[in-house]
Amino acid sequence: MTAGFDRRSRPLRLSWRDERTRALIIQLAVVAAVIVAIASIIHNTAENLANRGIASGFGFLDDIAGFDIGITIVPYTATSSYGRAFLVGLVNTLTVSAVGVILATVLGFVLGVLRLSRNWLVSRLVGAYIEMTRNVPLLLQIVFWYFGVISSLPAVRASLAIGETIFLNQRGVYAPAPITEPGFWTIPAAFLVAAVAAIVIARWARRRQEATGRQFPALRAGAVLIVGLPALAALATGMPWTWSYPVLKGFNFEGGMVVLPEFLALLLALTLYTASFIAEIVRAGIQSVNHGQTEAAHALGLKPGITLRKIIIPQALRVIIPPLTSQYLNLTKNSSLAVSIGYPDLVSVFAGTVLNQTGQAVEVIAITMAVYGIISLIISIFMNWYNRRMALVER
Amino acid sequence: MSVATASERSGAGRSPDLPPPATTTGAIGWLRENLFSSPLNTALTLAALYLIYLVVPPVVDWALLSANFQSGTSNKDCVGDGACWTMIRARFGQFIYFRYPVEERWRVDATFLLLFGAIVWLLIERTPGKLHMALFLFVVFPPLAVWLLFGGLGLATVETALWGGLMLTLVLGTVGIVFSLPIGIVLALGRRSDMPAVRLLSMVFIEFVRAVPLITVLFMASVMLPLFLPEGMSFDKLLRAMIGIAFFGAAYMAEVVRGGLQAMGRGQYEAAMALGLNYWKMTALVILPQALRIVIPGIVNTFIGLFKDTSLVLIIGLFDLLNVSLLATRDADWAGLGSEAYAFVALVFFAFCFSMSRYSLYLERKLPSGRRK
Repeated sequence: MTAGFDRRSRPLRLSWRDERTRALIIQLAVVAAVIVAIASIIHNTAENLANRGIASGFGFLDDIAGFDIGITIVPYTATSSYGRAFLVGLVNTLTVSAVGVILATVLGFVLGVLRLSRNWLVSRLVGAYIEMTRNVPLLLQIVFWYFGVISSLPAVRASLAIGETIFLNQRGVYAPAPITEPGFWTIPAAFLVAAVAAIVIARWARRRQEATGRQFPALRAGAVLIVGLPALAALATGMPWTWSYPVLKGFNFEGGMVVLPEFLALLLALTLYTASFIAEIVRAGIQSVNHGQTEAAHALGLKPGITLRKIIIPQALRVIIPPLTSQYLNLTKNSSLAVSIGYPDLVSVFAGTVLNQTGQAVEVIAITMAVYGIISLIISIFMNWYNRRMALVER
Repeated sequence: MSVATASERSGAGRSPDLPPPATTTGAIGWLRENLFSSPLNTALTLAALYLIYLVVPPVVDWALLSANFQSGTSNKDCVGDGACWTMIRARFGQFIYFRYPVEERWRVDATFLLLFGAIVWLLIERTPGKLHMALFLFVVFPPLAVWLLFGGLGLATVETALWGGLMLTLVLGTVGIVFSLPIGIVLALGRRSDMPAVRLLSMVFIEFVRAVPLITVLFMASVMLPLFLPEGMSFDKLLRAMIGIAFFGAAYMAEVVRGGLQAMGRGQYEAAMALGLNYWKMTALVILPQALRIVIPGIVNTFIGLFKDTSLVLIIGLFDLLNVSLLATRDADWAGLGSEAYAFVALVFFAFCFSMSRYSLYLERKLPSGRRK
C-alpha cells in the first residue's frame, strides 16, 4: 500500500471492536488453553507413571533387551541393548520401504502406461486390477499374502523348485548367493566409475549439442559403459566369486540366501497396493499433457521415442511428482502394518516388544513418532528438491 | 434453371461413394482398431487373453460353480474343491454383529437403516429439505445412534466389548467421517488464519499427524491416552480408538479443505467484506459453501482412505470385520477356510469403497467445467 489508509499505522485501541485487539486476545486465549492442556497432560502423566512405578528417561536404551528378532540386517543378539533393537527395527523399516518404493514406482509406471494403451482389452484389464487393489484395505492384503498365500505354499521338503536353484516354500524363497573372493571389489568400483563417466558424458553431450547442434548417442554410450566396464573388470580379475546354492539338509535348506515370508508378504502387498495408486497418478499426469504437444513434436520431425522422452514425460512429471511424493510417504508409513504379520519393523520391535517389556510408553512412542516424522521430512525435502528441478522455468 | 441434383454437381460419370471396407467398420473394424492394430498390440492382446484364461475360469469355478452355498455346522459339510460359503452362512451373525446380543440386534439394524436412509436422501438429486437432513445427520443422529447402540434410557446397555464385525467397522467409519470433517474444516481455517499463533498451532498439528502412521496414533490413543488423564479417570477402549481415528482423519481432511479455500478467488473475500459481513458470516455463508463444493471429490477420497484404515484397529485388539474374519479362520470347526473369509471381507470393503469412489467420480464430472482447472 503506497498511500492512504493503512490500518497498521493506527494506534491499538483496547476494545473488542478493534480487529487487532480482538485477534491478540483470541490468540492469547488459544495459546493459554494449549499451555494449560499440555501442562495438565505432563502433570497427569508424571503422576500416573510414579503411581505405577515406571521409570522415565531414556536410560532404558542401554539395558539388555533379552529377546530375539527374526530378521536382522544389522548384527543383533538377545544380549544386545534396547537401543540396538531400535536400530534393527529402523533398518528393517527402511529396507522394506526402500525396496517397496522402487518396485512400486516401476510397476506403477508400467501399469499407468498400460492403462492408457489404445488396446481396449489391456486397458480394461489394468483398470480392473487397479480398482480391485485400491478398494481393499492394505492390511487385508498383507494378511492375505502372508496367511493365505505364503502359508499355503508347500512344506520345505516339497519345495517348488525353479531350475533346481531357486526354491519356494512356506519358509520363504531360497536363492543362490554369491560368495565374494579377493579382488571382487574391482567390480562395484568399475560400476561406480562407469556411472560417473556416463553422467559426465551426458552433460558434455548436452552442452555440445546446445553449442554446436551436433548430437552424440549419450544414452547408448552410458549403457555400454555401465554394463561393459564391470564385465571387463570381472573378466580381468577372473570372475572372483563363487555361487552358494541352497541345498536341502535335514529339515531345512542350507547355503544360498533366503527371503523370509514376512518380508516377502509385506513387500508384495505394499508394492501391489501402492503401484495401483501410482498407476492412477501416472495416467492422470500423462493425460494432463495436451495432445497438441505430441502433434507439434511430430510436426517438428521428432521420432515417437524422443517425443515421449523429451516432450511428454518432462511435462507429465510436473503433475506426477507431488502426488507421487505422498505415495512414497504413505508406503513408508504403511510399512508399519508389518506388526500384524510379525515382520520386525520399527513399530513391531520398538513400539511393540520394547514398549511391553519396559512399560515406558511415553518415551517409546515419542521416539517412534519422531523417527517417522524425520523420515517423512527427508523424503519431502528430497522430492521437493527434485520437483523444483523439474518445475517449469518461466521467463 | 433447374436445381442441380447431387450426382450432377459431383460431375457426370462419377460413381457414387462406395461404403467403407468391411474390415474397418462394425465388429471386425473395432477389433482391428482396438486389439490388433500393430504387432505389439496383438502380442499385448494375446498376453491379456492368456492371463484372463489363467485367472478367471478357476476363480469363477471356485467361487461360484463348484462352491458350497448350503447351510452347515462345520467344514465337513462342504464337499468338493470349491469355496465353502457355508462358513460365511453359519457365522454370518458374527461377521455382521460379532457378540452383540441376538435379541438386541434390531437396534443395530435400525441405526444403520437411519444412517443409510439419510445418506441416500442427501445423495439423490432433487430431494427436498437437504439442509434439514444434513442437520439431522450431523447433529441429531450421533446422540441417537449412541443411545440405540449403547443403550440406557429404557434400552438394555450393550458394552462396547461386545461390538464387532461389520457393525464396528461401520461405526468407526461413520465416527471418523462425521467428526473428521468439522475438525478438519476448523484446522484448515486455522491454517489460513491471519493470526500467527493460531496458524502455527494448526500447522504443527496437521503436519505432525500427517507425518506419522495411523498405527502409532492408535498406539498413542490406546497406551498413552490413559496416562494423560487424571488418576482414576479412564474411558472406553473403543472410544479411544475413535478419537485417534477422528483426529487422524481430520489432519488429512484439513489439507483437502485448504485446497478448496486456496482455490477461492480473492474477489469472493473482498465482495463479502464489502457487504459488511464479519469473519464468521463470510466464512459460513460465502467461502465454505463454495470451497467445500469444489473439494467434494477429495473429501470422498479421504473418506474412502479412512474407511479402509479402520481395519487397523485389529492391531490394538478391537474386533472389526477383518479381525472377526481372522477369528473365523482360527476356528477348528472351519479349519482351512482362510480364502473364503478373506474373499468375503474383501468383497464387503470393495462394495463400500468402490461405490464411494464411483460417486466421487460422478461428482467430478458433474461439476461445471468452469470450476475445473
